[in-house]
Amino acid sequence: MKLGTDQLTVQYSGAVRPALHGVTLSIPAGGLTAVLGPNGSGKSTLLRALLGVIAPSAGTATVEERNVRAWDRRELARMVGVVPQSETIAFPITVREMVAMGRFPHLGPLRAEVGRDREAVDKALERCHIGDLRNRQMTTLSGGELQRVRIARALAQEPRALALDEPTASLDLRHEMSIMRLLRGWTDGGITVLLITHQLNLAARFADRIILLDRGRVATEGTPSEVFRREVMEHVYGWPVHVGQDPVTGSLRVVPLG
Amino acid sequence: MTKTRTTAAVLILVIAAALLLAVRFGSVSLSTGDVVDALTGRGDPIKRDIVVGLRLPRALLGALVGGGLGLAGATFQALLRNPLAEPYILGISGGAAAAAVTVLALGLVSAGSWVLPAAAFGGALLAILLVFRVASVTDRSFDVRILLLAGVVVGAFFSAMIALWFALSEASTVRSAVLWMMGSLAGADWGAVVTAAAYTFPAGMVLVALARPLDLLAIGEETATYLGANVEQVKRLAFGMASLITAAGVAVAGVIGFVGLIVPHAVRLVVGSGHRALLPLSFLAGSAFLLLADVVARLVIAPAEIPIGVVTAFTGVPIFLVLLRGSLR
Repeated sequence: MKLGTDQLTVQYSGAVRPALHGVTLSIPAGGLTAVLGPNGSGKSTLLRALLGVIAPSAGTATVEERNVRAWDRRELARMVGVVPQSETIAFPITVREMVAMGRFPHLGPLRAEVGRDREAVDKALERCHIGDLRNRQMTTLSGGELQRVRIARALAQEPRALALDEPTASLDLRHEMSIMRLLRGWTDGGITVLLITHQLNLAARFADRIILLDRGRVATEGTPSEVFRREVMEHVYGWPVHVGQDPVTGSLRVVPLG
Repeated sequence: MTKTRTTAAVLILVIAAALLLAVRFGSVSLSTGDVVDALTGRGDPIKRDIVVGLRLPRALLGALVGGGLGLAGATFQALLRNPLAEPYILGISGGAAAAAVTVLALGLVSAGSWVLPAAAFGGALLAILLVFRVASVTDRSFDVRILLLAGVVVGAFFSAMIALWFALSEASTVRSAVLWMMGSLAGADWGAVVTAAAYTFPAGMVLVALARPLDLLAIGEETATYLGANVEQVKRLAFGMASLITAAGVAVAGVIGFVGLIVPHAVRLVVGSGHRALLPLSFLAGSAFLLLADVVARLVIAPAEIPIGVVTAFTGVPIFLVLLRGSLR
């Protein structure tokens, strides 16, 4: 599942500068790609434009070499599952109902759920370890449970790629780690994962490739060791840092100084 | 799913019983035998007239309008992602009432019984188009927050227009206008039944076919798009169809409050928020509720009637408050 952008520019009306400015990227099939960058650097905008929910002011975003705006939404939803940053649920629904919404791209408005759909939902619940929550109301879940339900919903789409916008924000370290291990497990199963996150050290540890955004432009991209350099980080984040190797995990880590 | 079927079966039985009740009782009470005779074309011609010419169309109209309001209410709540939404929230009732009051004030109603419903329908359509135009920010996007604001503002404009007519009109005109605005099924005839059915059933079927996309819309437009829904199309269709149903209902029965607000909530408490069950059951529950309310409206001070809107509010408000307290617990 290949995602890419070519000279992608997004200008929100009323904004002083474009949220994305001539971004050209290629996200290869397979593996985990993390998108990093300070607040307001354009991470979420990149995700939205990449998946065609906002129209670029210039340039294109492509999925499998085809302009994302030309895709039929249902067809696209069978290829790419997305977990947006947040959503508010207007009416009470259960966990099972929420996850079953991931079958919409396969069912469409009219076809009834059959065995295959139920299996996909069960499998998604299973893989996110929330099988025992299936009859709970969404409003009764903890933050970690809620995130796993939303990830399960994307999995029920049976996509070839998964894009997540800060799925571990505000989660404790156990939930954070369990979600990262889930994501890593899926990349081993051939699913392309695109992860937007603020957690530099988590990205350094789990990502194959990193895209670092800075004020709507790509500051640098590459493997963690190519991106995690002191002068780059200090320039992008505007704060003195130390970049070193974590003695336990062996991954690079960024420690803010001062 | 069994819960949905059971609820549907219960509601259909209630509707059937209420229909029989509505046809049997009134200023003249009839036996079930009289009703059967009348429907099969036998028996006393006066009784036949009462059943076929008066009570049956009125009961069917009540069932259609009530069902339409329940269905439209559930749709508007999903579309606007707002549990307080109801069919009249987007100014449809305002447009219809302003047009109705205009023809009443100008004395145009003497031209025929069709004038008032036609004017009300026209006014409702005008309000719908106005609100739709305002909310269609660009060619591509249709903003439901602006839709809500536009609806409230358009409604306020029409209210002012009604107030102006009231100030300029005779007391008797104001009285008939107020009575019309409170809603009534008293003007029911077969023409009204056919009109209401012609709008309610096709539009209702489109809405039921949109049930699953409406489920997605309830968790947010962005998520719904990622899950494969054509959000812009769903929003426009849902708005258009629910509005048409409401407009047809207002044209034939005036503004009947509370049905479209409480019925979807009551149904949601029983079968949950899935629209594939919620939409059809809201239709059935709305039918049953309005049918029964009309029986009460006709019988309480018979042979005079109290406005049906009074009955729906007097019963609807306590039910709503009980439901609200229950849901907060």
